[in-house]
Amino acid sequence: MTARRVPSVALNAAVAFIALLVLFPLLWMLSVSFMATGEAASFPPPLLPSTWTLEHYRDLFVTQGMGRYLWNSFALATMATGLALLFTVPAGYAFAKLRFRGRERTFQLLVAALVVPAQIGTLPLFLMLKGMGLVNTYAGALVPWLASIFGLFLVRQYSLSIPDEMLEAARIDGASEGQIFRRVVLPTLQPIIVTLALFVFLGSWNDFLWPLIILTDQSNYTLPVALAALSREHVQDIEMMMAGAVITVAPVLILFLALQRYYIRGMLAGSVKG
Amino acid sequence: MTDVRLNMAKVEAEAAVRPRRRPGGARARERAAWGFVAPALIAIGVFFAVPVFAALLLSLTDFDIYALADLDNVRFIGVQNYERLFGNPLFWGAMKNTGLFAVLGVPLSIAASLAAAVILNARVVKWRPLWRVIFFAPFVTTLVATAVLWNYLLHTRYGVINWAISSVGLSPVDWLGQPSTSIPAILMFVVWKIFGYNMLIFLAVLQTVPDDLYEAARIDGAGVWKRFTHVTLPAIAPTLLLVSIISVASFFQLFAEPYVMTQGGPAQSTVTVLYFMYEEGFKWWNLGSASAVAFVLFVCILAVTLVQLAVAKRMGAYE
Repeated sequence: MTARRVPSVALNAAVAFIALLVLFPLLWMLSVSFMATGEAASFPPPLLPSTWTLEHYRDLFVTQGMGRYLWNSFALATMATGLALLFTVPAGYAFAKLRFRGRERTFQLLVAALVVPAQIGTLPLFLMLKGMGLVNTYAGALVPWLASIFGLFLVRQYSLSIPDEMLEAARIDGASEGQIFRRVVLPTLQPIIVTLALFVFLGSWNDFLWPLIILTDQSNYTLPVALAALSREHVQDIEMMMAGAVITVAPVLILFLALQRYYIRGMLAGSVKG
Repeated sequence: MTDVRLNMAKVEAEAAVRPRRRPGGARARERAAWGFVAPALIAIGVFFAVPVFAALLLSLTDFDIYALADLDNVRFIGVQNYERLFGNPLFWGAMKNTGLFAVLGVPLSIAASLAAAVILNARVVKWRPLWRVIFFAPFVTTLVATAVLWNYLLHTRYGVINWAISSVGLSPVDWLGQPSTSIPAILMFVVWKIFGYNMLIFLAVLQTVPDDLYEAARIDGAGVWKRFTHVTLPAIAPTLLLVSIISVASFFQLFAEPYVMTQGGPAQSTVTVLYFMYEEGFKWWNLGSASAVAFVLFVCILAVTLVQLAVAKRMGAYE
């Protein structure tokens, strides 16, 4: 028994040590964001502030327009989530449970399209939206979230488990397909809807390349775009940049922690089953 | 948005009007199905399929800043963009850097994920759900924000990493300031950020391996390493293939890391293909030539994926 206990203690210690290494950068970011200006630029690097201050957070919101970027990120992520659900949930369900001509062939086409990275279409999409006058608008930033093949798969995969008898029973009762979708299907799809909403919200919040291209005016910047621009101007202001990073990361991290069950289950459903 | 609602309302109204004597008429159901899938298919067609095909056409033109002002300036130039690209040392530099990122990053990140999964899968480890969430947390953080953070961790004079290095007696490293260490430095950050993702996938698969197999191997006298190579590895082989294909594709698409941390420097050592495409397209507005870059990238991803599949098939055949 003792022979087994030694590796057990060692393993637990090793896991705790790795966890500390993984968490350290995030904790350090939080700590530095409360330090006085210039405190972090010393050797050895201080781990905790000598005096705690909120001046960088105040500075970011009062003089750097952080409130505006926070609002842009929040509004875009919320709208992207709503639109993605509206487009992909009915379609995913229909691909799983409703029979229509060309269903199998369309589905195979979509599977093949998964190999194509979305970045390839970036340049023509930009020109297209420029022609429609959508450059530097929320609408332009939202467009890629309408066309989520991955989301469609996720919903389809989950919908396959809805028993046909349940749908047939509703049909015999005289319910229309729309009524069935709203009253029978949507409640059973609730877990995967939460998962998909979480994916889209985090994806939109964290997205960088597309908003960088399409949101040309500073007043429309999302947090990542604004942070990247800010970090080029304020390389020396470690403490302020860390406060900006905390503002950017905290909402998504909290959201993930609150709904992690949904996130992890959906992630595994999406990748392990293929 | 309203289109979808209108469609669904229309479908409902039609179904309600229809007399009940044909319950679930096949044609009504077919029409309803199209109402459900049409918005998504149209969006995918217009905002994904059309741009991808347009990119191929665009890469055969000299679309540049003058064409942006006036479309009359666009000319069809065949494969000249590709020829010019293949003669451009900066492009080959970007290809080489991207290849280096993938060749070093894919095995490194998968090894980290697998090691973490194997350790967490050990029966004796307590509070597993807690560790799982901690290991995974960096993956959901905003890439730009944590890239800025790592810039300071990697700082030559005040960085925590150099402090740790010098505390064990080694001399500090100018991580992001010299071409020989810029890629490893960025990789450190990337592995920290993404290893939790594949770890969760490995962990899910490992939990399906029956304990009896390990027990039998132990009785046969197999040590820790033997058990790993004879029980664990065969069990996760298909997942390993899937994960490596996805990882290669994602390492081929590195962009924000060099954009935020090094702006492609020092001495172009971290210019990736996607970064090159961005500068070509949205800094110099050579959209024709940038589209050609995008297509070369796509072909590379496809080729590597096919090679991986072929290798996997051959290995499977020998077993």
